Amino acid sequence: MSVGLSPRVDGVNVVEVVDLRRTYKTTTGTIRRRSLEVEAVRGVSFSIAEGELFGLLGPNGAGKTTTIKMLITLLIPTSGEARVLGHDVVRDARWVRERIGYVFGGDRGLYERLSALDNLRYFAELYGVEPRRQKPRIAELLELVGLTGREKERVEGYSRGMRQRLHIARGLLHDPPVVFLDEPTIGVDPVGARELRAMIASLTSAGKTVLLTTHYMFEADSLCDRIAVIANGEIVAQGTPKELKAGVAAGSVVEVEVFGVEQGSVERVRGIEGVRAVTIEEREQKQVLIVQTVPGAELTHAILSQLNGASVGRVSSREPTLEDAYVQLVTAA
Amino acid sequence: MLQALRVIRIGWILQLKTMARSGFDVVICAVVTPIAYASIAFFLYRRGGGETTLLWVSLGAAFMGLWASTLWGAGNTIQRQRSQQTLEFAIAAPTPFLVSLIGTSLASSTVGLYSLVGTLAWGRVLFGVPLELEHPLLFALALPAAVLSLGLLGIVLAATLILYRYAYALANMLEYPIWLAAGLLAPIALLPGWVQPISYALAPTWGVRAVRESVLGGSPLFAIGMCLALAAIYLFLGFFFVQNFERLARKRATLALS
Repeated sequence: MSVGLSPRVDGVNVVEVVDLRRTYKTTTGTIRRRSLEVEAVRGVSFSIAEGELFGLLGPNGAGKTTTIKMLITLLIPTSGEARVLGHDVVRDARWVRERIGYVFGGDRGLYERLSALDNLRYFAELYGVEPRRQKPRIAELLELVGLTGREKERVEGYSRGMRQRLHIARGLLHDPPVVFLDEPTIGVDPVGARELRAMIASLTSAGKTVLLTTHYMFEADSLCDRIAVIANGEIVAQGTPKELKAGVAAGSVVEVEVFGVEQGSVERVRGIEGVRAVTIEEREQKQVLIVQTVPGAELTHAILSQLNGASVGRVSSREPTLEDAYVQLVTAA
Repeated sequence: MLQALRVIRIGWILQLKTMARSGFDVVICAVVTPIAYASIAFFLYRRGGGETTLLWVSLGAAFMGLWASTLWGAGNTIQRQRSQQTLEFAIAAPTPFLVSLIGTSLASSTVGLYSLVGTLAWGRVLFGVPLELEHPLLFALALPAAVLSLGLLGIVLAATLILYRYAYALANMLEYPIWLAAGLLAPIALLPGWVQPISYALAPTWGVRAVRESVLGGSPLFAIGMCLALAAIYLFLGFFFVQNFERLARKRATLALS
């Protein structure tokens, strides 16, 4: 898989975000209405260098999509500055729009009653792709995303993975030097997600600058050059995956398989001295209690003693992953 | 300019394709409704009117369908794009949103042309209304001018939906008052004096007058000219509204459903 090379812009950060803020106004009540202000993004700053794949990680509602929507000119920031290729996203919105591509996750955002080919033809015109370039470019992208032969079918009959691939083709039609990907693999089956990840990796090797948001830590770990973790609208950590893992690497992780653990037990484990963070993962009929500990603490016995009443299975200890780093950062925020 | 025309052209084609595949709602709006309107109008006027009156009414009924289709298109285009989440993608493209809106709005008016054919055929077959064109060439000029002015009025209405998510309710409400105000069912001269300035600002008023005068006799050139002048005004208003409402929608975060 390969993607056409885009012109490089040397000597500048391709994306620069300085103290970006966004507040939403909302109302509550029916008769006695009250106006509320919700701060979705609270002073976010980061920059992305040319050719870099930058990850923005955070839980639901952390402000990832709001940040991306400000960068792609769909939302006007309440304050702060954002520049793409040196141009302000508010003042030079049209200039920026011509040079960015964006892909949102999920199965919406396409003209359902039209074919994939019609969707691409329409957006090729909207993005000003030269008429003589349209046909070969669309064919090239259909080939890239594996939709050749299915392009004349209506989108409403497409699977989620096919729609997601069509989204990616749409986002690359005008061969933009900067691409924004908002959870592009969400809801896609493992094989499809692996293909999409390979496609994303090929974007940076073709010289494009990519901003990726994802919930999947292994995805961020394997794809991103640098990552910013965002929680409650603020960036709580920034660095390479290795640097973020190093933040918790001085500790270790204890995993305990349990059956029917109560919330009270989890809270008691959280209260043990030396415990940094506790999360529970549901795995089929069992649960896995993941406990991050400070360096040198041997807490297995203390943890097990707090799980009274629950049936305990396998207990293991391992080195922290990016997910552990993420959980620690987000729960501490 | 050439690129804008290409966007309008493909927007028009693809919107027609979408409407052709939209099933029951479009069938009702574009096929059944105009025939129902025409039947009501024929029954209302059959007893007292001669052939000329019936043709006059028939053309008014055709414009009722044309207006309904334009209104439906204006309300539905933005609403559907918002619900299928394509509105944000279309707005974030470098081509001004107004340009893509022109293609889709003109497509709705074009579909409304069916109501003209359907109504006249219905009147001919069931009520024996004759169809002889007094000025065939001017008719060929009057019809596209009317479609253009109605389509561009649709843009002005659609622009409000960019900012206000529930403005389609207002668009729906406009269907019947415009029938009366534009003189589709009864001459404007019968309306109260304060309504008449409103009538003269509406594309359907001049569209139906241009078509009636080219079919029944008269001098339709002035009405055709008014259609084109109003089209230019609507285009300017559309440009102003789309640009400002788009910016406000980006500020208030109303482009998406959530």
